[in-house]
Order: sequence, then structure tokens, then C-alpha cells
Amino acid sequence: MPTRRIRWGWVAVAALPALFLTYFFAYPLGRILSLGLSEMSIGSTGLQSRLVSVGWFTLWQATLSTVLTFIFAAPMTWAVGRYEFRGRKLAMALVTVPFVLPTVVVGTAFVALGWRESIGAILAAHVFFNVAVVVRTVGSQWRRLDPDLLNAAATLGASPLEVMRRVTLPLLRPSLAAAASIVFLFTFTSFGVILILGGFTFATLEVEIYRQAIVLFDLPLAAALAVIQLVGVSLALYLYSRYQERHSASWELASEDAVPRPAGRARIGVYGSIIGTLAVLAIPLAVLLTRSLGSFDDLFAADLIVGSPVEAIRNSLLTAVAATAIALVIGIMAATFVSHRSGTLSRWFDTTLMLPLGTSAVAIGLGFIVALDWPVDLRASLALVPIAHALVAIPFVVRIVLPTMRSIDPDLRHAAATLGAKPISVWRRVDLPLVSRAALVAAGFSVVISLGEFGATTFVARPNTATIPTLIFRLLSRPGPASFGTAMALSIVLAALTAAVILWVDRFRVGDIGSF
Amino acid sequence: MRKLTTALLTTALLIAGCGNDTGETPETLRLVAHDSFADAVTDETFRAFTEETGIEVEVLAAGDAGSMVTQAVLTAGNPTADVMFGVDDTFLSRALDGDIFTEHTSALIDTVPDSLKLGPENLVTPIDFGDVCLNYDKEWFASTQIHVPTKLDDLRSDVYAGALVVEHPATSSPGLAFMLATIDEFGEDGWLDFWEDLRDKGVEVVPDWTTAYYEDFTRYGGDRSMVVSYASSPPAEVIFAEEPLDAAPTGVIEAGCYRQVEFAGVLDGTEYPEAAGDLIDFMLSVPFQETIPINWFVFPANSEAELPQEFVEHTVIPDDPTQLDPQYIADNRETWIQQWADLMEG
Repeated sequence: MPTRRIRWGWVAVAALPALFLTYFFAYPLGRILSLGLSEMSIGSTGLQSRLVSVGWFTLWQATLSTVLTFIFAAPMTWAVGRYEFRGRKLAMALVTVPFVLPTVVVGTAFVALGWRESIGAILAAHVFFNVAVVVRTVGSQWRRLDPDLLNAAATLGASPLEVMRRVTLPLLRPSLAAAASIVFLFTFTSFGVILILGGFTFATLEVEIYRQAIVLFDLPLAAALAVIQLVGVSLALYLYSRYQERHSASWELASEDAVPRPAGRARIGVYGSIIGTLAVLAIPLAVLLTRSLGSFDDLFAADLIVGSPVEAIRNSLLTAVAATAIALVIGIMAATFVSHRSGTLSRWFDTTLMLPLGTSAVAIGLGFIVALDWPVDLRASLALVPIAHALVAIPFVVRIVLPTMRSIDPDLRHAAATLGAKPISVWRRVDLPLVSRAALVAAGFSVVISLGEFGATTFVARPNTATIPTLIFRLLSRPGPASFGTAMALSIVLAALTAAVILWVDRFRVGDIGSF
Repeated sequence: MRKLTTALLTTALLIAGCGNDTGETPETLRLVAHDSFADAVTDETFRAFTEETGIEVEVLAAGDAGSMVTQAVLTAGNPTADVMFGVDDTFLSRALDGDIFTEHTSALIDTVPDSLKLGPENLVTPIDFGDVCLNYDKEWFASTQIHVPTKLDDLRSDVYAGALVVEHPATSSPGLAFMLATIDEFGEDGWLDFWEDLRDKGVEVVPDWTTAYYEDFTRYGGDRSMVVSYASSPPAEVIFAEEPLDAAPTGVIEAGCYRQVEFAGVLDGTEYPEAAGDLIDFMLSVPFQETIPINWFVFPANSEAELPQEFVEHTVIPDDPTQLDPQYIADNRETWIQQWADLMEG
């Protein structure tokens, strides 16, 4: 019975991601939240008004940050999505750099530019960090739209604006929604930016959870806040996944070779967009660069840094490779399941996959600490670091890969199956080559998430291995001109490394999609 | 790629599974510390201990001091490490209330001045102390010919209007320490009046030390000639100068310093309480204590340890710094921070 065999196959595909998320996300989170809530006596918290104001601020700043990020990212996304041109890959790599920079480093650059402790500074920082999410996620899908479709619309008399509104944007909707949900979740749970650029005046739920759990040790209240955050995020995600499922359409994925080169006015528009966007993003980086001048020699002088930068770079890269491997395997398996199955189960699975991105890192970190001593004590294990990074990266992989997977014409799979291919080889021959491009974009993000040490790692005890961010923090926390300069120089190294890694990842092309 | 992941996970599980063999002497002891200690640990740090005992020391970084203590309280009795280092006086009472330590009285405890023993000797051992003090830019004061203030009350004067930058006590450990110093100096009735005057004189409040020191301090191109920093900052200026310096470019104002003490303790539930105690004794021994200033920019708790030359020449250790009872801090900290924030931001 072929149907029966396929079902078991699906169980297997879903099992690994489900187990991973259960053990490393749901179980720790459940343990810490129930621990916190069990100690709660009703009416013990008189902070309801604060809760309302914090919740409201969290929501509107995240919404506004997302909108502003899209506006700022639009010109560059159009340029890299619509056209092929010299320097495109470099531009894509450079735009990713802000994403990885430690918040404290960007914070000092912003302060140096006169942006401090204001809502404007917070929003600007959120845009700065998240532009890459929009440009890379949307841009990569845009390049796969069939140009014939756009040309046909134009031939039929549609103005460029109408083509954009009625053809391009609807087709891009899945990736637009993916980018929007990621940016929203990132800014919804914003922590470092708010602490450094918001002072005490502005607090997101995440900042308040940290304050209650870590500073005041009011675990019940922290747990209650984390639950509120979780419920809000789940609700938004559930609506989102229903929306996305309803609006995703299958279309022919075109080869990227069909992406035209810009000519005439378009050429000016493309280069103008790229240069303009990168120039704005470069301002804070330029501040770092001017302050790091003269300190690059010190970087490798043993007496200035305890712990060698070379070793830190190696450690950072090794962790990033492990985190990316985990995120890709789990993420692609999960996306495969979600894209092939419809219905409530699949939708909930999809929602759950996104949750780690919208869940308090404090709660997850403390959850690891109370929960992961069984069956083996993983609490202070080196493996927990890439796992924590992967937890943040998996939503990226799923969100970026899923739109492409959904857009694969089922007829292709049916054809392959009819020709006698087993499900696994259908997947390998049809799905994998088609999603490889998206998977690489996702891999780039995974690497960068790990290099920048996103997620719960700050809140769990972990073996002390020097990484680039830890060296930067160490340098920034002690006085002396050489310390500061070297920290800035190391930040530039991190930026350059990020750009190099992205360039390298972007070079890969798995399989040839041109033949379909 | 799946193979790689499986391999990585398996290795990790194997590593995690090891080290559980019981016996008197462990192969490895785990020391959990806050990031700023852990970040400066190298292969050299515990080499002497390993050579002496055959025990390796694995250092775990646990975030900031508050995060570390919270984790320890949540795992009381089933700790992730054998020894904890870096709980300070502001988090000490939470750690003691959480019953995270088991008994160990250091054989060297008599070398520690009584003023540092803020907790029960049989549970927590003072390892170092650091003074949070106002620092001033010598060049600025020389060129303006303004006198350096000698007591906190001087800061109310118009002469120092717009000259001071402080860190927010809610987000910064030196910021909290300085606020505590003003509470000790002016009392619970007067400290807010003092801050109101500072506010009216245009004191700048920033979230963290890095911003205060590197963005606002005149020494680094800012417009504030006084900053809340550490007594160890002037020698650090000399040690990390770009060109060799004869004298420190910054100075310490001895009035209004707050002394932070950092403690170590054996975590309850460790399989190796004796070896863990030995590690604490090692950290209090003179050879280790003498490496403390240059690596962590705090001062040794062992009074027999000698300071490096740069520290002798370029800093002062205040005679009579502020110290508050850890329980008193724990009981009132949040109220104080809230009152301070309401005043300064309202």
C-alpha cells in the first residue's frame, strides 16, 4: 500500500524537528514557566499598569520598526531582486554586516553620532540591524519570478507600477510575509538595543522579563510576562501562517540566469539604490573604522589581549558551522513536512517552529538550566551553544525555504513519482535542487546568527571559549585608549569576516535549476 | 550534513556524559563565574593549581553576576559547577537565601581584612574587591584651573555644572554602586535631594560604563570631565596607553567611593567538596592573588599579596570607602532605583 508507506515517511520527517523542538524548546520553557507560575500568589503583583504600558510599547515599536525597515530596504531589495549587475553579490554581503555586529558596538557608534536614549535611536537601530532580513529574503525570491510573466503584463499595457502592484507583489507575498514576521519578532523581543539606546525609560517585555528575573529575582512575575509574550507571539504567528497558506500560489520558478541586466534609467536606479542604502548603513561603521585606525597592529599583539583573536575567530567559525548544520537539517525537514501537508496539524507545527524567535531568551536560557540535566547533563555542555544558536536560526531556515517549497508545482513531483521515483528520490531530485538557493540564503543567516551570538546563550553557563564578541566585550569593559581602539578594530574584523562568509556562501549553487 | 550533525551531537553527549566518575580526586573541577571574569581566563590562569593537584579547571561563563546567581539558585543542590566565583555584595543575600553554598572555611581566611567579610566565613570567601570611584580628567582640571572636588557635597556647586556623567543604576553595576555611595553619604532622607541638585546642574545619565567612559568623558573627546568609574582605571590608562606614559592622565576622587567585594563559594551538591575547597584556597593564595589586578582590574583580598608597580604608582585605595550591608541592599535596592529613576527621568 503506497499511501501507508508515505505516511510513515512523513512521521519520520516530522519526528526529528519535533523531538528537537520539544527537548530544546518546549520542555525547558515549560519547566521554567511552571516553576515561576507555581510560586505565584494571586494578586501578588501590583504592576498591572506597568504591564500594559510595557506591552503596548513592545507592540507599537515592533510594528513601526518593521514598517520602517521595509521602507528603507525597498530600493535595494528591488535592485537586487530585479536585476543582475556587477557587484551585486558584494552588495548582498555588505548589507548583511550590520546584522551581526554586537549591539554594544553599534550602540557606541550611535551615541558617537549623537543618537542616544530616544525612541528615534531605537527605531534607527532596529532598521540598521534588520535591513538584511528584508533584502536577502525578499530579494532572493524576487530573482526567481518568471520575467515572462512580468513582461506579459507590461505588453498587455500595464504600467510599471501596475505590474508591481498586481503581479510582482502578489507573487512575492510569501517572502514579504516571511521577512515581516522575522523582523517583527526580532524587534518584538528586542533587548540589547533597548537597554543601550532606550535607557530606563523604554522597556520591552523582554527587558522587563530580564529585570524581573535577573535583577529583582521575581520569577513569578517574570514567568507571567513571558507567558503573555508567548501568547501574543503565538496568536500573531497563527494568523500569519493561515494567511500565508491561503495566499501562496504555485508558480514556475525561473532560473536566475533569466534575471536581466539594468539598462538606461534602470541602471541609474539600481546603482543609486545600492550606493544610497549602503552609504547610510556605512555611517555607523565608518565611526568604528575611524576609531579603530592605528589599532589593527595591536590586534595581534599578545600583551594587549588575553586570548588570541585567531583562536577567537576559529571558535566563532566552528560554532557557526555546527549551528548552521543543525539549523539546516532540522529546518529543511520541518519545512518539507509543512509544505507537503495541509491542515491544522501542519499549521500548528509551522507556528511552533517560529516560536523560538519570539520567545524570551531569558526564559529559554533559565529553562535550559533547570531542565536539561536529563537524560544526560547538557546544562553546561559545549553543545548547548550551537543548539541555542540553531534555535534562533531554524525559524529563518523554515521561513526562507518554505515559500519556495510551496511554490513547487505538485505536477513535477507527481510526474517524478509516476515515472517510478520513490518519495525520497522525488525529494532529492525535485525539491532539493529547487530549494537549494533558498537554503543557502538561510544558511547565510544561520552563520551570521551564530557569529553574532544571538539567543539564549547569554543566560546559560557555558564553557568559557573565547569568541569574537566575547573579546570585544572584554576590551570594551576596561579603560585605556588601546583597549577601545582594539575593540573597534576587532568589530571591523567581525564585519569583514561576516561579509567574507556571506560572499562564500552565496557562491554555491547546488544543482541546476535551469533545466526545468 | 546530517552525518556531521549526528557526529557533533554524539560527541557532545559523550563529553557531557564523562566526568561523572566518583572518587576523591576529580579530573576536572568546574568553576562558574560571571562573563567579565571568565573572558579574561587563559591557559595560564589555573596552571599552577593543575600542576599542584593534577586537577584541570574548566571555567563556565554565566552572563552577568545577577544572571549567574539566578541560575545557581534555580539549580540549588544540583549545580552545574563545583565552585562559584564572582557573587558580589549586591547579590550576596540572594545567593545566601537560595542556599546554594556548602560549608568551606578557607585556610587562608585570616589574611583577609575583616572589612571584606560581608558574609558568613564558612560559606563565602572574599577573593577580591574593587572600588567604584569618581575619576577626573587631569588635563581638563589643570587647564580650567578648577579645583578637584574633595567630597560628594562639592558636586552641588555651580562650578561643576555639566561636568559629571554617571551610569544608570538599573543597567550598570558601577552606576548602582555610586548610587549606594550617595545613600550612605547623605542618608535615606537626604540622598534624593543631592541627586535633585545634580539633575538641576545637568548631570548626564547613560546606560553603561562603556558609553560614559568612551563617549562622554573629556579624556575621550566627550564633554564631561568627571565620570563614575573605578579606582583601577588610572593604572589601566597607563597600562593600555598607546604611547608609554609617566603619569596617569586621570585621577581618582577618594570621596564617595563604593567598595564592591567579590566572593567565591563551594556549590552545594558538588561531588568533590574537598577539591572545590582547595580551588578556593588556591584563588586566595598569594601567587594567584597577585595576578588579579592586571587581569581583572580589581584588588586582592589577601592582604599579603603585593600590587603590581603600575597600581602602586597610579592609583589610591580609598581609606574609608562606603560599604552597605548586603541584606540592607537587597531589601531596598528596587525602591531606591525606582525613586532615583522617577526623580532623574520624571
